Amino acid sequence: MATVTVSRKACTVNPLKMSQPIGGALAFLGLAQCMPMLHGSQGCTAFGLVLFVRHFRESIPLQTTAMNEVATVLGGLDNIGNAILNIHKRANPRIIGICSTGVTETKGDDVDGYLKSFQAAHPELSDLAVVYVSTPDFQDAFQDGWSKAVRNMVDTLVAPTAARVAGQVNFLLGSHLTVADIEEIREMAEAFGLHATFLPDISGSLDGHIPDDFSPNTLGGTGLDEIRAMGEAELTIAIGEQMRLAAEALARKTGQPYILLERLTGLEPNDQLLDCLAQLSGVPVPEKYRRQRSQLMDAMLDGHFHFGGKRIAIGAEPDLLWTLATWLTEMGAVVETAVTTTQSPLLEQMICEEVVIGDLEDLELRAAHCDLLITHSHGRQAAERLGIPFLRMGLPIFDRLGAAHRRTVGYRGTRDLLFEVGNLLMANAHEHHPESWPLPGGDHARSQIAVG
Amino acid sequence: MLQNKIQEVFNEPGCAKNQTKSDKDRKKGCAKQLQPGAAAGGCAFDGAKIALQPITDVAHLVHGPIACEGNSWDNRGAKSSGSRLYRTGFTTDINELDVVYGGEKHLFKSIKEILDKYDPPAVFVYQTCVPAMIGDDIEAVCKAASAKFGKPVIPINAPGFVGAKNLGNKLAGEALLDYVIGTEEPESTTPYDINIIGEYNLSGELWQVKPLLDHLGIRILACISGDAKYHEVASSHRARAAMMVCSKAMINIARKMEERYQIPFFEGSFYGISDTSESLREISRLLVERGAPAELLERTEALIQREEARAWERLATYKPRLRGKRVLLITGGVKSWSVVSALQEVGMEVVGTSVKKSTAEDKERIKELMGEDAHMIDDMTPREMYKMLSEAQADIMLSGGRSQFVALKAKVPWLDINQERHHAYAGYEGMVDLVREIDKALYNPIWSQLRKAAPWDAREAAQWLR
Repeated sequence: MATVTVSRKACTVNPLKMSQPIGGALAFLGLAQCMPMLHGSQGCTAFGLVLFVRHFRESIPLQTTAMNEVATVLGGLDNIGNAILNIHKRANPRIIGICSTGVTETKGDDVDGYLKSFQAAHPELSDLAVVYVSTPDFQDAFQDGWSKAVRNMVDTLVAPTAARVAGQVNFLLGSHLTVADIEEIREMAEAFGLHATFLPDISGSLDGHIPDDFSPNTLGGTGLDEIRAMGEAELTIAIGEQMRLAAEALARKTGQPYILLERLTGLEPNDQLLDCLAQLSGVPVPEKYRRQRSQLMDAMLDGHFHFGGKRIAIGAEPDLLWTLATWLTEMGAVVETAVTTTQSPLLEQMICEEVVIGDLEDLELRAAHCDLLITHSHGRQAAERLGIPFLRMGLPIFDRLGAAHRRTVGYRGTRDLLFEVGNLLMANAHEHHPESWPLPGGDHARSQIAVG
Repeated sequence: MLQNKIQEVFNEPGCAKNQTKSDKDRKKGCAKQLQPGAAAGGCAFDGAKIALQPITDVAHLVHGPIACEGNSWDNRGAKSSGSRLYRTGFTTDINELDVVYGGEKHLFKSIKEILDKYDPPAVFVYQTCVPAMIGDDIEAVCKAASAKFGKPVIPINAPGFVGAKNLGNKLAGEALLDYVIGTEEPESTTPYDINIIGEYNLSGELWQVKPLLDHLGIRILACISGDAKYHEVASSHRARAAMMVCSKAMINIARKMEERYQIPFFEGSFYGISDTSESLREISRLLVERGAPAELLERTEALIQREEARAWERLATYKPRLRGKRVLLITGGVKSWSVVSALQEVGMEVVGTSVKKSTAEDKERIKELMGEDAHMIDDMTPREMYKMLSEAQADIMLSGGRSQFVALKAKVPWLDINQERHHAYAGYEGMVDLVREIDKALYNPIWSQLRKAAPWDAREAAQWLR
């Protein structure tokens, strides 16, 4: 049980948090033939775009309603309409995903109402789906933007139905899962002969492949027709607490049952998932996973020596923090410092003394005596100053290759992470020296003088 | 008040392009009207931050919601030889309550916390859209904080929605003119003191040029703003001459410093061999005009002769490898012509150059270099760029990060020559480095592997042909 404290400083120093609208935009980047757009000044989009380009090393389709001062004060609804028409003409996507920003929320545009009348006035756009989500920058964080965007995708796009298709399953995926994580989960579902829909699916759009032709929109992801048919699944599996909103929206709309897995890193959470898939499909757990489970257990045996008692400092969004902290605790490490970006029901359940909703300065101040610092790439300066090993996790990771292809879910992903962390800890193990075990009161030093 | 400032910045007598406009067009400003759903690029706040963040010992505090700093901090390559405070992200991260009740007190407290904890020589406070809308008066807060804490606290009033990056550059310059330049005195002055204006020391480019100036005994009193310290900028009004780089971004600083402090300036570039030489000549000429001993001119010529010869000698080794290779150059302003001449010198053919951000003068220079039928690209969509590259109309593309993946996905070598680049390309050294990088990119063994079809695809294609 942890105490959750909100940093009381006036000035945020070295932000850990990123804003809601770009969290929403990333969720839309997981839809096929989609153009995400921020309703704000063009800078809001430019910053998000650069951030994603640096992390994924891919072109990022992301548009803006390009609000200027006059439009901002008088209201920017016409900018939304013009932007939709422009995007339709130039890029012709199937879906446009719109996230509001601080600029437009301060004025308080009624975008939902406007979109209704706009769409009624433009029947030629009837094939174009538009999903809007309210994500003011001055509230909440990246993960919340993602969570709300997926909820609104469900609300706006999924067709209400009572029909069920055997072997059909939905996965609702949190923002902390990478391309490689999604691929791992897909492989598991397929191993049971299940047909799975993933929402959102950045493994189709941001996996760094070379397309045959140029497209101004997303290069892959969850298709519009797939999303519409999500009501036909037998079960929805949500991964990460942040996906509860979307899971409940889906359940409300279609009467579908859902289960929520808080994480997929570690032995037991994957036992749970595979057991669930086995029951759903009626297919026994394939030999491949029994073998992988055994390999993970062996890795835990080999690795636990290096984890026991190690003090870890983590700065991450709630679901990623929960995943890492819980798993590290299960490996025998101690989470000494946890800093996060936004509220979550998981925070109070964390096995550490305190969880701070704060910034990287809070993390740095509390991490001085830790054996490992874990956070996104912006932690590099802190790790350097503290002189402790640094593991990059989360988003953005802009100073290393392959951020999208790091796998930390499933038995294999857990094993990969175990080796990576274990190696860092092993490489930085303290060497002993003659003064490592002094007697109390400095007796050791005095006896040396006497001999000399 | 901000509106007056913007109009003043738009009415720039030092800018030739501006002077040819009608009164009405001039009021509209430099940037094209943004089109919703078809716009790209940073905002005025972004531009202001780019221009000033290279001042290394200052605390740069962004007053706004988390987006403005949280999504973008520590993401530029301006290098420092000393303080690293400029790489620390400070923001008020305002929340809903601030939006309702106003964020001025929050800002004031933030300034105090920074001064208490980090003790910088000055705090720069950047205004953003949301506090601008709710009416937070950052000028008043900065004034009160300066008075109370006895440290310069400088308002940078360039909220994102007032315009594009370029306008932000200029508004940042206005802030320096209004609040910083001329407020302190240098420890000593020499007849060889210059300012370099509009150079941000990206990837350390200033350090490719500084040894040349050092060799001539010329001192950079202040670089605005690459690798600068607050005190240097504050006392920059004692320089004898100034060079303005990076086209027109900070022309207002150069011109107003000439007006106020009689510091003559010229516009020059350190990109390309002949441009570097020309700039060195011009610096020496202005200094001699202002009273430096005339022998400086001879020493400058001697240095130019030696360094040019050294550079050409090194470039010559690449000539046989690069001769006839076709380059597509997508960049803005000065670089569109200054790089062209260097590439031509090693025998490369420039098959197109973008002129989106170029002035009429820039375009003239390009025509001089590339001939009357120069392929000048005004605005190329990514789709057109991709088509041109995948049809192998160019062997390599040089551009900014934004179009990086258009080239790479078309399996065409690409080199970053914009602000996020990791290599420094200034001065004689820089041009040799640029050509070396082009050579490395062109001759990397990956291209032949990537362009070959997988065996099964190749077999299918062969069968189909049969």
